Amino acid sequence: MDTILTSEITPEHLFRTRRQFIRSAGALSLGALALAACGTTSTPAAPGANAATPAPGATKGTTDELGDALTPFDAVTGYNNYYEFTTDKEGVATLAQNFKTTPWTLEVGGMVNKPQKIAIEDLLKRYPQEEHVYRHRCVEGWSMVIPWTGFALNKLLKDAEPAAGAKYVRFESIMRPEEMPGQQSGWYTWPYVEGLRLDEAMNDLALLVTGVYGKPALPQNGAPLRLAVPWKYGFKSIKAIVKIDLVADQPTSLWMAAAPNEYGFFANVNPAVPHPRWSQATERRIGELSRRKTLPFNGYADKVAQLYTNMDLRANY
Amino acid sequence: MSATPLKKTTASAASKARFAPLGIAPATWLRIAVHIGALIPLALIVWDAYRGHLTANPIQDITFRTGKTAITLLVLSLVCTPLNTLFGLKFVLPSRRPLGLYAFFYVCLHLLIFAVLDYGLDWGLIQQTIAEKRYVLVGFAAFLLLLPLAATSTKGWMRRLGKRWKQLHRLVYLAAILAVVHFVWLVKADIREPLVYGAILALLLALRLAPVRRAAASLRARIAR
Repeated sequence: MDTILTSEITPEHLFRTRRQFIRSAGALSLGALALAACGTTSTPAAPGANAATPAPGATKGTTDELGDALTPFDAVTGYNNYYEFTTDKEGVATLAQNFKTTPWTLEVGGMVNKPQKIAIEDLLKRYPQEEHVYRHRCVEGWSMVIPWTGFALNKLLKDAEPAAGAKYVRFESIMRPEEMPGQQSGWYTWPYVEGLRLDEAMNDLALLVTGVYGKPALPQNGAPLRLAVPWKYGFKSIKAIVKIDLVADQPTSLWMAAAPNEYGFFANVNPAVPHPRWSQATERRIGELSRRKTLPFNGYADKVAQLYTNMDLRANY
Repeated sequence: MSATPLKKTTASAASKARFAPLGIAPATWLRIAVHIGALIPLALIVWDAYRGHLTANPIQDITFRTGKTAITLLVLSLVCTPLNTLFGLKFVLPSRRPLGLYAFFYVCLHLLIFAVLDYGLDWGLIQQTIAEKRYVLVGFAAFLLLLPLAATSTKGWMRRLGKRWKQLHRLVYLAAILAVVHFVWLVKADIREPLVYGAILALLLALRLAPVRRAAASLRARIAR
């Protein structure tokens, strides 16, 4: 192949973290067994080498606020859980490469005083885009550290003016089975639906994402518009959003409908609540060998724990 | 499953008279194919590891691949007996043992990857995982069932155990069922693939029922006449 794919160009961040990346890759190939046998203590890939104590949440550094290195661009854009395309994580990027992200219109409606219909270009103009490095913890027990670009969901919601009685936010993905072969499968009730309680959606951490690694997001990452709610399991961060509705009753997400005993509405990252298939006490950071302990609320407890006071998080998984 | 140790010489002598390319009996050809075929998945894993092609989550990838190879070989080891009882293909019988042992080999790899690479021999965490996750529990049970079968797979043990060898080795049916249950319970929602394994296994077990075997024998006798 003569053409160079965007995904093959080493992004700036990754380029700067090359030394760390090479070091951890070397460790992977060399002492695989010996390293793993050392136990499940976390091995952050050379934390804070050139991270000048970045402000939590918004940083242009090479680590998150805990000092954990960014997950390489190739993994972020080549290892994706996106069942609309395929259940094969490495197959998503190829299947999604011709997915049309323009024209794209977002509808904000339901119980709002100012319903909106906004083209993606106008959305980018209206809301300044900021970079946020978030940990992304999949319910399957793996995690990444990803530099997203986007804007706070609460800005959009405030502009739409939630009406009295609106208690939840319901998100809906695009339905386009001709471009998304996975949607032709009858195993799930497409389109993908997710939801947040209104106060969760208003939290500053809840991000509407338009870019990854300083570039416009690629289709496999949920372009042109996806959610990032880093204190919840990855499946809550719905991709390719076309509709946001404010509603009175708790929405039923696709995964709640598919397996209600496994996936709850809240789906907060919680090492104390086990899942029938995957360890939630530990996780594997992509690029690392040994497991690391999973943090309550994925390490964002100081920002979101107050949303759940007096709530039984075991019952409300 | 036949209780008596396989009389290789007579079996191959009989088939040699009919069909033996390069002077090698079909049973031997098949066994060579089994050895090569069973080692290919391992070779591919090593090759992909060398080239760094084990996905962004390599431990999960090799866990899946060794597991799927193990269950495939286990099911294949159960194909041989019906091929003989229904179609009289005696030459497939000597392949049962290598198929079963290769299945066990991949089960061991699978388990080692789980315990050593994935959980770093953290016994507390491993115990918690086995107790907490039903799919791990049944998978581990299948391993425990296969353990004595692999240990007694030699001719010496066949002789020593006599009739009881066959009874003991019927545990493979239970182990295979547990392996399929393990597979069904670990997939997210789309259980088509494990169900295919389950359907094939159910068929293979049904073909071992006495009425089915008798019907097949009488049908064959009628055709022979």
